[in-house]
Amino acid sequence: MAGLEKKVTAFQDENLSGRSQKLFFEVTEEENFTYYGNHDVDFNKRIAIDCEGIDAKELNQKVRDALLKGYGSIVIKNPGAKHALGVGILNKLNLIFEGSLGYFGVGCIDGPTVRINGRVGWSCAENMMSGKVVVEKNAGSCFGAALRGGDLICKGDAGARTGIDMKGGTILVGGNAGAYTGFMMQRGRIIVCGNVSANMGDSMYDGIIFVGGEPKSLGTDCIEGEMNDHEVRWLEQKIKNAEIDCGVPASKFKKYVAGRMLWNYDNLEPAEKKGILG
Amino acid sequence: MCGIAGVINRSKKSVNVGEQMRLMLQGIKHRGPDSTGYAMYGTPLKTGFILRFKISENAVQVKGSAKTEDPEVLISRKKQVDALMKEHGAKITKQSNSTPYAFRYEFTYKNENLEELAKAIETVENTEILSIGKGLELIKDLGDATVVSDQYGLGKFMGTHGIGHTRMATESDVDIKSAHPYWAFPYQDVAVVHNGQLTNYWGNRRILERNGYRFNSDCDSEIIAVYIADKMSKGIELEQAMNDSLDELDGVFTYIVSTKNQLGMAKDHMAAKPMVIYEGKDIVACASEEVAIRNIFPHEIITYDPYEAEVKVWQV
Repeated sequence: MAGLEKKVTAFQDENLSGRSQKLFFEVTEEENFTYYGNHDVDFNKRIAIDCEGIDAKELNQKVRDALLKGYGSIVIKNPGAKHALGVGILNKLNLIFEGSLGYFGVGCIDGPTVRINGRVGWSCAENMMSGKVVVEKNAGSCFGAALRGGDLICKGDAGARTGIDMKGGTILVGGNAGAYTGFMMQRGRIIVCGNVSANMGDSMYDGIIFVGGEPKSLGTDCIEGEMNDHEVRWLEQKIKNAEIDCGVPASKFKKYVAGRMLWNYDNLEPAEKKGILG
Repeated sequence: MCGIAGVINRSKKSVNVGEQMRLMLQGIKHRGPDSTGYAMYGTPLKTGFILRFKISENAVQVKGSAKTEDPEVLISRKKQVDALMKEHGAKITKQSNSTPYAFRYEFTYKNENLEELAKAIETVENTEILSIGKGLELIKDLGDATVVSDQYGLGKFMGTHGIGHTRMATESDVDIKSAHPYWAFPYQDVAVVHNGQLTNYWGNRRILERNGYRFNSDCDSEIIAVYIADKMSKGIELEQAMNDSLDELDGVFTYIVSTKNQLGMAKDHMAAKPMVIYEGKDIVACASEEVAIRNIFPHEIITYDPYEAEVKVWQV
């Protein structure tokens, strides 16, 4: 870690006040130029890890060990719906789960491409920064909670509060979604090819929800918006890329947005932006 | 954050439902380590009823207000129960016990209305009827699923369906009387397990108490059992009673109800409490977490979350 004492280095412009500590860059320290947990991997190197009889902590450690050895394609066998599998991966990686995940699966990830040949429980891909997660079957509640970036795809039905508090990225649901979908969403896009249950987009700040079917009811602050050609093309491409046959042409989708803009993220001063997103 | 689970074998054949429930409940032990309860349905008796009752708390493990009681006191309470049953015309045909404070009786009774008898038995100090029914056997105690199963010998229980609960005490003490499942007093063969909080508990409890129902604990879940019993005693079908409960009970909850040939689940309007369902051809399993279902189905299956205000009922 860089020292706390003032040294003659670059990047000294920012003066942090209050309880923040002054941190300075040391150009000779390697860790200032590498990301934690980011390894060079070869996608052609493939390994299978069996989850039978081991807990999530051990499994996640085995994934990290494989990354250190340069494996770029990891197959997890018998995940058995255990909780918190595949969390905290900050690397480019092909990760395949041959079964279902429990709660908090692949949370806090940044970069990997994940395919889950099963179902996921609550809060799948929570806080994902970037990457792509494809769920082949149904998803539980809070699918993509606080999502910040990347693509999150569920080919079946998703549960209640899909995309709650999301701050970026795209969630694509091939089937139906539950109540309070897009609850308190701040940015990003949700696409639901089927129907959505009650109170869709309740208390949303910003962001867009595209619905192929019908929402049962709209929540406070959510109103129907107008689709433009650019959005139709984007939607068409997104659904095609995800290999979902939703049966509704992109032009027939309905668009829902926030009725009153509680925050205008685009025009905020950088300091204010930091306060909101931090 | 309690854990609930239920399983129903729809083919009418008796299977080892005791072991199925133990595996499922052990899988969601982390949701509630305080106590575990089972309500399971064996082959129904042709004549008579099965009575499960307790005369004291599990004072060895209890962390709440209960104290260890003298064995002599327990013996005298059991004698009082026996005498009261005789007085009311109930003839005990078989009896057994796994602990000094919990008993299983088989008995014959003059008619199908058990309210009078049940009320009489519960006049004995610290005595609570866990269940009465032709097939229902309700067992609950402190400890995890395996501990309770071993203690009461449930590993070989043969039956068609059952529900279970692992409890994390939030609203009341860690003791047997606050453990789930709850029997729908005095409605035979109905039991309930619940995960969540009910916010209009006291208002509803006062209404039901005015109608003559008894409450043994301060646990909010007990009201669901009494509420369902009240509705069913008025001739309302289970599914309708459960649908009514979604509007009349307030809070966040998911619960599972079982009767002698049905298993039902209900989820509140907010869909705030979890439930995962697997519907197979011969078997339906539901639980708070998929990991419980995976304990009895290691192979790949399709499961789903029910949506808000959803009620489902399955028949044997």
